[in-house]
Amino acid sequence: MRVPGLFRNSVLMLGFVFLYAPIVSMIFFSFNNSRLVTVWDAVNSPTLKWYVVLFKNEAILGAAWLSIKIAALSASGAVVLGTLAGLSLARFGKFRGRALLSVMITAPLVMPEVITGLSMLLLFVALEQLTGWPEGRGILTIIFAHITFSMAYVTVVVQSRLASFDRSLEEVALDLGARPVTVFWRITLPIIFPAVLSGWLLAFTLSWDDVVISQFLSGPGSTTLPMIVYSKVRLGVSPDINALASVMVLIVALCVVLSTYYIKRIEQRRVAEALMVRSEEL
Amino acid sequence: MGGVCLFILAVVQSSGPLTVNGRRIVIAWPFFWLLLFFIIPFLIVFKISFSEARLAMPPVAPLFEWVSSTKNFVLTLSFNNYLFLFSDALYINTFFYSIKVAAVSTFWCLLLGYPMAYAISRADPVRRNLYLMLIMLPFWTSFLLRVYAWVGLLKTDGLINNFLLNLRLIDEPLTLLYTDFAVYVGIVYSYLPFMILPLYSNLEKHDLSLLEAADDLGAHPITAFFKITLPLSISGIVAGSLLVFIPAVGEFVIPSLLGRSDQLMIGTVLTNEFFSNRDWPVASAVAIALLLFLLVPIKIFQYYQDRETEAAL
Repeated sequence: MRVPGLFRNSVLMLGFVFLYAPIVSMIFFSFNNSRLVTVWDAVNSPTLKWYVVLFKNEAILGAAWLSIKIAALSASGAVVLGTLAGLSLARFGKFRGRALLSVMITAPLVMPEVITGLSMLLLFVALEQLTGWPEGRGILTIIFAHITFSMAYVTVVVQSRLASFDRSLEEVALDLGARPVTVFWRITLPIIFPAVLSGWLLAFTLSWDDVVISQFLSGPGSTTLPMIVYSKVRLGVSPDINALASVMVLIVALCVVLSTYYIKRIEQRRVAEALMVRSEEL
Repeated sequence: MGGVCLFILAVVQSSGPLTVNGRRIVIAWPFFWLLLFFIIPFLIVFKISFSEARLAMPPVAPLFEWVSSTKNFVLTLSFNNYLFLFSDALYINTFFYSIKVAAVSTFWCLLLGYPMAYAISRADPVRRNLYLMLIMLPFWTSFLLRVYAWVGLLKTDGLINNFLLNLRLIDEPLTLLYTDFAVYVGIVYSYLPFMILPLYSNLEKHDLSLLEAADDLGAHPITAFFKITLPLSISGIVAGSLLVFIPAVGEFVIPSLLGRSDQLMIGTVLTNEFFSNRDWPVASAVAIALLLFLLVPIKIFQYYQDRETEAAL
């Protein structure tokens, strides 16, 4: 039984208008000549002047570069730890500490950011008192915090991928005498690679986007892009932020579309290879 | 990526074959990381919530102190921070207001998200991935900027007011920004994907022959929906709602950009206590109180999350 098309389409239309109208309006007004963001200056628009303003703003460019570095490093750390955690939860059956590990994976997914930020900061302050490390707060403490809250997302993605693929492949390899490490590199990792990649992208975005946790953990010289944006937009709308948003939407849209197609292609190739192997067997 | 792979290689190979020992090492990395950076911080927050504030850096008096005159360790436990929270109407108000805002937003999120998840799960399979990508795409763009976009829409001279004025539906601009309504919109907008995705993954698994059977037996589609689809999707509803509700209670950015200035939310109060008043013990007590309240929803969420993964295994 299918849902009537009219109902389906109107629900989706409504939902997508709600999701995209704000983004589209932001992009639209980034080409507006007027300083008043929401009043369209029909005579002198469209103009690229806010993009020029944006790309001349060295504070924003510097912060963007810093945010990219922080996001890449934390995503890489989160992918390693998250994959190991996903492997443990999906493959190792019952082990001591499993219940605690699964709590520590689920809780960060929903934990309000202010609590995470505050508690991480107090940890680093206590660590510094005890051991002298880290000296003050900065890029390093932000990265540690970002790894911690984003690895949970990687774990969930990797774990569900591991749960959905056929375990007998790994077992066959083990039976044939492959060492578990070899099995991981030759079989498990290639199969879960799309999940690992999307976990990395997810962790990158979470870090790139974060303002609350960074605010608690940043020190002098570690102002990230979201922190600058936040302090600007708290004072009201400003047209160069619209331009920044448009640039970001464009980049993200490109990345998402490309990576989706890339991941799909890997999967299709794998399915095709599997089919070929099977037909050779027959 | 290369560095990451080398790191995994080092970890995995140092353990030799994945014997029991090898497994232990794989488990140990994430386990101790989270223990150090997730669990221990809470214990520290808990400890500091019983301390007295002082004028120093860090601005917290130690719980244990060596008193040289009496040659003793002295333990100073102070419940003042909690007493302060419960005696001041401001904090209790803020707390209930945050719960109300989170609950109302979750309700609207469900009301909008359920039909969307349902429609996507019943669309033809080729289209489904496109729809899902369209749901996820805004999530990948900056959360902060998406909330900010609503400032431009909701302002007194913003797009929505201009639009309604031009249509002559209203005579003077409505006050939309800096209201409860704006916060609801902001939360529903930002958290909608978190509601839709668990619902979708639940609805997509339903056995449609149940509905066909109901149809054959003469049930009206609406009856069939309420008697079959809705009860089967309860776990998706719970998971999605908690994924919205729990973080929304402590939300900081959305109320500070869109919300009222005379009624703060608990996340803002915590941040203000910490940064503006530099009262770390009270901020910690606020965090602990919030955490205790959220413990039950987090536990329920974990129960459903575990059930989902176990069903998949």
